[in-house]
Amino acid sequence: MSSDFWIMLTAALMSASCGLLGCFLILRKMALIGDAISHAVLPGIAIAFLLSGGRDSMAMMIGATALGLIAVFLIQWLQSSGIQSDASIGIIFTALFAVGVILVSLNARNIDLDLDCVLFGEIAYVQWDTWMMNGIDMGPRSVWMLGFALLVILTLLGLFYKQFKITAFDPAMAAACGIPVMLFHYLLMGMVSMTSVASFESVGAILVVGMLVIPAATAYLLTDRLGRMLIYSVIVGVVSSIVGYYTAYILNASIGGSIVTIAGIFFIITFLLSPRHGILFRKLQQKRIASSMTSN
Amino acid sequence: MDMLVYIVNDPNIRWIILGCMLLGLSSGVIGSFMVLQQKSLIGDALAHAALPGICIAFMLLGVKSTAGFLIGALIAGMLATVGIRWITEHSRIKQDAAMGIVLSFFFGIGVLLLTRIQHSGNGGQSGLDKFLFGQAASMMRQDLYLLTGISIVLIAVCILLFKQFKLVSFDRGFAKGLGWPVVWLEQIILLLTVFVVVAGIQAVGVVLMSALLITPAVAARYWTDRLHIMIILAGIFGAVSGAAGTVSSSMVSQLPTGPVTVLAATLIFAISALFAPRRGWLARLWQHRRNRLEWNNKGGVSHEQ
Repeated sequence: MSSDFWIMLTAALMSASCGLLGCFLILRKMALIGDAISHAVLPGIAIAFLLSGGRDSMAMMIGATALGLIAVFLIQWLQSSGIQSDASIGIIFTALFAVGVILVSLNARNIDLDLDCVLFGEIAYVQWDTWMMNGIDMGPRSVWMLGFALLVILTLLGLFYKQFKITAFDPAMAAACGIPVMLFHYLLMGMVSMTSVASFESVGAILVVGMLVIPAATAYLLTDRLGRMLIYSVIVGVVSSIVGYYTAYILNASIGGSIVTIAGIFFIITFLLSPRHGILFRKLQQKRIASSMTSN
Repeated sequence: MDMLVYIVNDPNIRWIILGCMLLGLSSGVIGSFMVLQQKSLIGDALAHAALPGICIAFMLLGVKSTAGFLIGALIAGMLATVGIRWITEHSRIKQDAAMGIVLSFFFGIGVLLLTRIQHSGNGGQSGLDKFLFGQAASMMRQDLYLLTGISIVLIAVCILLFKQFKLVSFDRGFAKGLGWPVVWLEQIILLLTVFVVVAGIQAVGVVLMSALLITPAVAARYWTDRLHIMIILAGIFGAVSGAAGTVSSSMVSQLPTGPVTVLAATLIFAISALFAPRRGWLARLWQHRRNRLEWNNKGGVSHEQ
């Protein structure tokens, strides 16, 4: 199959997973925790790489998810010891990311794990990095990893949709209903870590946060219903990855960078023109109210 | 050890160490105000936003010029802060999400432009990607003058406006009630932060610059309740981390300066969080134990009544 197809499939799977999780991050006002996690998984990836001696997807997935959860735990621990939440996020994610960068750059001789690839992804090469099982070529490895991540997310969200929803909007009520809020918190964080890892190869560790936050925020401006927000967010993410791919092709530039840029442009358009929450519509409404007041 | 002596004796590296120490000092000082204003992560957004500014400056000028980068990054940083404020004021999106959006959007554009420049085959671009994680060794004499100038201006402004900055950071409402130009003062602090961030990018890189603003300041907070002592301590912590980062990255090839500097700062933070008197973890544990002992010696609540 053509390389275009595989690249776009990878990007679409990535943005769908990120889009779904991003909605919950936005609603729980934890967008920056997503940022922190996507930076903090880097040492996990590096350690798993060094221990397993190669690009073992499963090892990376486990190592990085563990590191993501450790980061969340540390941030919460600092917060509970009296440091402001954004300061503790800043301390933890920079420290973990620094460890990751050092581990990667000290092993720079390993061509397989170079810094640029980890940071910006090498989505253009997904189709050559295939997963071999029993000598049979099963297709690009990233597609399998992202597909697995998306499957886990869909399963968990499908099974516990109501719980995630109540926890997102009103954690106190969720606790009163007997929902284990902390469990769902860590489940969400675990999923974010897993997705960050699965996507780091396609868009890189830094731009994952863009795909977590931007499509979800765009959807947040378009609707008041969680179900629709999830769908819109996935649509915005997938469309930006396809448009972004062609933009990168035309500009001869990084695919990850242009996907996030396109998503950002979608956000700006929505921010200005959204039917209910856009600036333009609000201005019009204000004018209408003002004129009806004066005419009375 | 010989290596260390060699490095300290090398005049070039001595200059660079001095530059990084100045940078750590100024970011510690201004970072204290940012942390107290609960705006810690604004520095992160500013640093990420600087990348497209640097790339556009390079595309326009065609050469690497520190002054050009400074102006580009300054404009981009200002745009980013305006963008964050704009989004939070005009929609229901909260501050944290707005920051995430602006940060990643600007950074996405930055990566797009950076790769475009790299693929364009312009020979002058080599080393542009050093801005991601910083390479203090690439600092030139002019950069050092710039850093020195920025540090002096910053420290002078902080001393002159100390009282004003202090009140704005601790009790914004009261400062406003006194009729002070609170918004202007906040803008000055923000502008100083942008200067430090932009100056620091070359040494620490855009990704980790925020750590230099946050970590030394929070570490200093553990040791004291007085603002001026906290600021001085944060400056010292920053300077020490900067020196540690430079020395180790010039000793080991392939090691970018930024991460080592950040780890040094984190180490100082960890030591402070554990061992600081009164606020540290150990001191609190000790206090807790003593309280309990005293309580038991008094015989507990039931006997007192």
